[in-house]
Amino acid sequence: MDPTIITTIVEIIKILIIGTALMLSFAAMTLIERKALARFTLRYGPNRAGKFGLLQPIADMFKMFFKEEVIPTHVDRLVYLIAPALALVPALIGFAVVPLASQPFVLPFSQRLFGASIEITPWVADVNVGLLYILAVGSLGTYGVILAGWSSNNKYSLLGGLRTGAQMLSYELPMGAALLSVTLMAGTLRLNELVQLQGLWGGLGWFIFIQPVAFIVFFISALAEAGRSPFDLPETENELIGGFVTEYGGMKFGLFFGAEYVHAVVLSFIASTIFLGGWQGPGVNAYPFLGVIYLLIKVTLVIFLILWIRASVPRVRFDKMMQFCWKFLLPLGILNLIVTAIGVAVYNSILGHW
Amino acid sequence: MKPIFKGVKNIFTGAVEIVRAMGVTLKYFFTRPVTNEFPSEPVAVYPRFRGRHVLKRYANGLERCIGCSLCAAACPTDCIYVESAENTDEERYSPGERYAKVYEINMLRCIFCGYCAEACPTEAIVLEHDFALAEYDRWAAVYTKERLLEPHHPPHIVVRDDEVYLSGPTWGKIKAKAGT
Repeated sequence: MDPTIITTIVEIIKILIIGTALMLSFAAMTLIERKALARFTLRYGPNRAGKFGLLQPIADMFKMFFKEEVIPTHVDRLVYLIAPALALVPALIGFAVVPLASQPFVLPFSQRLFGASIEITPWVADVNVGLLYILAVGSLGTYGVILAGWSSNNKYSLLGGLRTGAQMLSYELPMGAALLSVTLMAGTLRLNELVQLQGLWGGLGWFIFIQPVAFIVFFISALAEAGRSPFDLPETENELIGGFVTEYGGMKFGLFFGAEYVHAVVLSFIASTIFLGGWQGPGVNAYPFLGVIYLLIKVTLVIFLILWIRASVPRVRFDKMMQFCWKFLLPLGILNLIVTAIGVAVYNSILGHW
Repeated sequence: MKPIFKGVKNIFTGAVEIVRAMGVTLKYFFTRPVTNEFPSEPVAVYPRFRGRHVLKRYANGLERCIGCSLCAAACPTDCIYVESAENTDEERYSPGERYAKVYEINMLRCIFCGYCAEACPTEAIVLEHDFALAEYDRWAAVYTKERLLEPHHPPHIVVRDDEVYLSGPTWGKIKAKAGT
């Protein structure tokens, strides 16, 4: 068979696997979050469905699927139905540029089976403007939320959607500033090259050590962007009766839920790729597949940090959150950008090319 | 310039506080949960806990209740219904002249005040420790004499054998216990 056809099939299978894995990560996240939050508050969490409650996500999923699909009469039907998908898809496709390992793997036995060695790339797409792609796709998720709020034809939903829009768009800016500082030092927007650069000085080349302020700004903005606590203003139960999900039920609600969790997972992947060295770790040059394990360990740690913050920090008030963004986080990010720019310029003029 | 410094200072004190709060939660993350998994793990109640009623018997098997209805009279919610009958030599339920032919307690109305136990001249009715009294049928909540008479020791409820609560004044000890 023609190697290009096989490569295409392999790519499609890879995309399906990654997409399924992300959706499964949503199921796992619901359990992990409930378990972790329970342990933070001296409880056990779900432990009735299966051993250690491991079947709880499946039980929840069945509950979601078999719920009645209610569509209120006063909603804008088309937009109302599209909005959950518009929330979930951008969260999913943000993962496309994350490199899972350093270099392509050769498909085992491909030489013998197909007459040509087929390579599997450990990323879905090696976009040369990967960072821009992440920022662009990340802000696309706002559409789903705003349209959900608007189409629900309900003042609480609309307020929740508007809040989310304001929040996500505001926190784009500090996030962009933080990523720009990294880009200035790295000189590339391609994520795989970013990770390769972080291999310098045996682990100390990670951007979290070179750019700690940028990491903090990025992480806080990522929390706000994913709508995670303490910035989970979109779905404040106590003031907006759930915000934009008020009129949604059944699997449509499940999709919004999934979008939130997948967004958190993808942002953890991106944070570990850009700041925590991605697939870098001891022994990756000899065995590239170890990179996947290192990356997953780092992602687990970041997710634990997110849950830990959720257990510790109360939800902030909306105006305080916007104040924090515009009066502190954005100036801090820009200051960091300026300092980085001066540093890079001085370095370049003294030592030649970066 | 001053408000800016104050704002920056606020932010940093806030950040320190958040880090301290996260330390507290992390400490509890590695602590054993305090949850009592009720049906599988027994719950310990205090010795004087007032739960479901039990009608007692004498050691020889005769019922203590003499059907005097004093419990029904003492009951603030009128949830006890007693109908008495005469004992005969052939059919003897209690040592005295009379016994309770019908003895019903409506557990939906009972407020577990314990006045019935106080009013009882023969200490026949006692509030014991069972508190898991949910029923699927509304009428099953009206307990009959047969149900009340049986020795009732549900496995998931135990009495706390806590020296702290039984020996002398407890305020200092309980406070110390609660603080740790």
